[in-house]
Amino acid sequence: MSQREFFRQMPGQGGASLSPGLAERLHLDAPLLASLLMLMLGGLTVLYSAGGESMELVVRQCIRFGAGLAAMFVLAQFPPRSYRFWAPVIYTIGLILLVLVLVAGTEAKGAQRWLSIPGLGRFQPSEVMKLAVPAMVAWFFSERTLPPKLLDVIGALILLGLPAMLIGLQPDLGTAILIAASGLVVLFMAGLSWRLIAVAVIVVVTAAPLMYFFVMHDYQRNRVDTFLNPEADPRGTGWNIIQSKTAIGSGGIDGKGWLDGTQSRLDFLPESSTDFILAVLSEEFGLVGVCILLIMYLVIVGRGFFISWQAQDTFSRLLGSSLIMTFFIYVFVNMGMVTGLLPVVGVPLPLVSYGGTSIVTLLASFGMLMSIQTHRRLISY
Amino acid sequence: MRRPLTLKDHHHEQRIFGVRLVVGVFLVLLLTGVLISRMVWLQVIEHSRYTTLSDNNRVQTQAMSPPRGLITDRDGVILAENRPDFSLEVIIEQTRDLDALLTEVAKLVELDEGDRERFDKRRRSARRPWEPVPLRGRLTEEEIARLVVNQHRLPGLRISADPVRHYPHDILFSHVIGYVNRINAQDLDNMTLDQQRDYAGTHFYGRTGIERFYEDRLHGEVGYRQVETNARGRILRVLEEQPPVPGQDLTLRLSMRVQQAAYDALGDRRGAVVAIDPRDGSVLAFVSRPGFNPNLFVTGISHKDYSAYRNDHDNPLFNRALQGRYPPGSTIKPMLGLAGLDAGVTNWQRSIRDPGFYQLENDPHRYRDWKRWGHGRVDLHLAVVQSCDTYFYDMGFKLGIDRMHDYMNQFSIGQVTGIDLDNESQGLMPSKQWKKAFRNRPWFHGDTINASIGQGFVLATPLQLATATAITANHGKQVIPTLAGEQQAIERSDLVLQDESNWEKMTNAMVDVTGPKGTARVMAVNAQYPIAAKSGTAQVFSVGQDETYNEDEIAERMLDHALMVSFAPADNPAIAVAVLVENGRHGGSTAGPVAREVMDAWLLDKDGNLNVPAVFAAKSETAAPPSPDSDETSGEESP
Repeated sequence: MSQREFFRQMPGQGGASLSPGLAERLHLDAPLLASLLMLMLGGLTVLYSAGGESMELVVRQCIRFGAGLAAMFVLAQFPPRSYRFWAPVIYTIGLILLVLVLVAGTEAKGAQRWLSIPGLGRFQPSEVMKLAVPAMVAWFFSERTLPPKLLDVIGALILLGLPAMLIGLQPDLGTAILIAASGLVVLFMAGLSWRLIAVAVIVVVTAAPLMYFFVMHDYQRNRVDTFLNPEADPRGTGWNIIQSKTAIGSGGIDGKGWLDGTQSRLDFLPESSTDFILAVLSEEFGLVGVCILLIMYLVIVGRGFFISWQAQDTFSRLLGSSLIMTFFIYVFVNMGMVTGLLPVVGVPLPLVSYGGTSIVTLLASFGMLMSIQTHRRLISY
Repeated sequence: MRRPLTLKDHHHEQRIFGVRLVVGVFLVLLLTGVLISRMVWLQVIEHSRYTTLSDNNRVQTQAMSPPRGLITDRDGVILAENRPDFSLEVIIEQTRDLDALLTEVAKLVELDEGDRERFDKRRRSARRPWEPVPLRGRLTEEEIARLVVNQHRLPGLRISADPVRHYPHDILFSHVIGYVNRINAQDLDNMTLDQQRDYAGTHFYGRTGIERFYEDRLHGEVGYRQVETNARGRILRVLEEQPPVPGQDLTLRLSMRVQQAAYDALGDRRGAVVAIDPRDGSVLAFVSRPGFNPNLFVTGISHKDYSAYRNDHDNPLFNRALQGRYPPGSTIKPMLGLAGLDAGVTNWQRSIRDPGFYQLENDPHRYRDWKRWGHGRVDLHLAVVQSCDTYFYDMGFKLGIDRMHDYMNQFSIGQVTGIDLDNESQGLMPSKQWKKAFRNRPWFHGDTINASIGQGFVLATPLQLATATAITANHGKQVIPTLAGEQQAIERSDLVLQDESNWEKMTNAMVDVTGPKGTARVMAVNAQYPIAAKSGTAQVFSVGQDETYNEDEIAERMLDHALMVSFAPADNPAIAVAVLVENGRHGGSTAGPVAREVMDAWLLDKDGNLNVPAVFAAKSETAAPPSPDSDETSGEESP
């Protein structure tokens, strides 16, 4: 109680002494915000070309960015302890909503992912879970001593496995895996023993073929088949990946130039403004452009790690590192699938791909990171 | 209570977390390295491969077909032209579900069974990949509109406006101009690589007649353009263009006027008319009836139409003028007479008594004259005028088949004439050697006697008869008939008689054939110019055993063929005509008037006055053969 009192009395001073300025007072992390804005700006440039010089697309993306930045700003105002306080509640609500989606969700493209709320429109509960799962698992471990005991590991696995399973049933394997990953990252950061990690890796490697044959849907299996051999059906399922690789490869070192990428401009590259936008960037800006993009991502990820490193409590550390690692996993999975290293799983390139709620969720997660950074106390405990 | 514990754990936890964070950073860097390696692999090492793939995607080389040369008659009347025709095509490679597409298309435009059937045939036959397969031609404006509106949801569908060959006179020139139709894989296989490249954008190929013979000249040279297309095949811009070289226009020696007269004069009878200008070998008319509509063949004839032609007993697809082999009958008597004179087996003074038949020594068989009671005393002149068979039995027997064969070959009987059309029949002029080789039988005297009046084994095409007549009119100077200036390579030297006056005398006899006592008097009534002619009647020996005709028809088809060869003006010939009327019975009365119509059309002007047209002069013909037209026949003198 006294600590809270103390903190309330000198927010300005506290902020000033750590990292002075307006951003700090608004609970925004200036380096993170700056690099995010740069990435978004670069993303809009590529999007303008990918969308066929359509300003409409850019404007709509800007609106999403605006909504995302607002969410980020709002979330940054809450101290981490309120996340810790609310995590179980939001997680539980999220689980209920996921069940509701399966029971009464709206179907689109053969999957039930949307929940229609009268008056509020549609939204995807799985997006909430992207934040709620790492927060919940971080809360779970912050209540326990670390490194986690086997029983705690099992508890955490249940916490992250339940929503992942529900999302996988929609079916949305990509999101399910990413949400599970965000929880696993917490587990890893909490100090999961290397022995258990080794066991897990072995289990996953052996389970993968079983998943392929018994769990996956046909369309998912097709994606894997295509990944393993895209040339088998070059005009059908293999088309996307072949055209994507062609776009990237033909870009060379310095690219074909902005607005001059023939693969995307002439419509050979499908989904060029959404999941495959990296191919457009690679084609027009070449290897140089890709490296610049990767450096931007690394700067953001680096800052995220730094924030997690500086975080003052276990919850913040676990949550922050999980959010930033998940962010990087997004980048890696998208780039991997577009370049043909991974099967096509429908993961957008963070903050560059044109698209929906994921932008808001992502920026919201950065709001949480900023909250961790800007609500630090003078004394850690 | 747990607070001290937590405090103590705190540092431990932070230490664990620190280690894990370092591992995390390491993992991030490792995976980033993987991504960069992958990018280097794609963008640097495999760069050229993907550049090629990318260019192949967007840049397409399109062949542009050259416009086919026009065909006109000697006066510039267009006989074959190119018309824009909107047709519906399918690029099979672009379609998702072909059956569904066809079902949709059938809702928009009319597709009959023939269209579907031809489409399936073309689709399955060997073709260039990505080449559009025609589905329906002759789209109406309304159909085009309906298709365009729906095209966005029917990928693979294409409306093309390729020029299509059109024959404005339909049936009139069917057997001489022939037709083009869709080029097929077999046509391409028969070509050299250079030719194949030249036909890269061409959809039509000369199939018969002039269209086939002059294919090389009419076709032109292919053009190319490189275009940038998007994924849906739409052309966005032209990168490079080399325009095609249009095919040469072809001016035929035919005269629309004469052709029409010949066609009309034959009427609905089966037969053929060939008219040649003996001065230069120009074919003035080339008619075979019945004919067919060549326009039906161009974009693909329907099964129904084709079988209608095939099953027609009158055989309209058969080119009687070029390929019909008929016994020439008495029409070759003037040539045989000239042969007899030149060989010295007869002369103009010698006469025989004709009792109405001819008999060989020690042979009871009587070879009958067409006049049962005989012509009485007959010399060569009268034998030609009245077509006395007995005289020619006697003369022919004395001449012998082998000499007969050699002389008649000089007149192109039994040899191809060398006209600029493919698949000419060479007829048959028998010899002892031929009978031994092809029939494996010895030659009998009776064979010679039958051949003496153009019967027996002797067979000639109407074209050969016209050529022989033109050579006669030309006093032995060779005539190689030509439709557009070129000829087949043949060896046939001029016929030089020992006594050149025999040409004149034989012409006089032929003029008397159209005189008051001649067999062809009907055709010369009120003629403004002297006509030399010889009628003929050819016996129809047999009707094929497997053909089924009704009684009336069999009777009609057993009748003799009527023949007439003639040239005019007799003193300065400018046209030689051969007329064949199948089952027309009497040459003089049936075939003669047809020949007269043809001659009038050529020799008389609009007012009906004699006005002999000049020899054909190559005026608009861009690629005339190096030798002038007048030299074409004499050029054959020195092989």
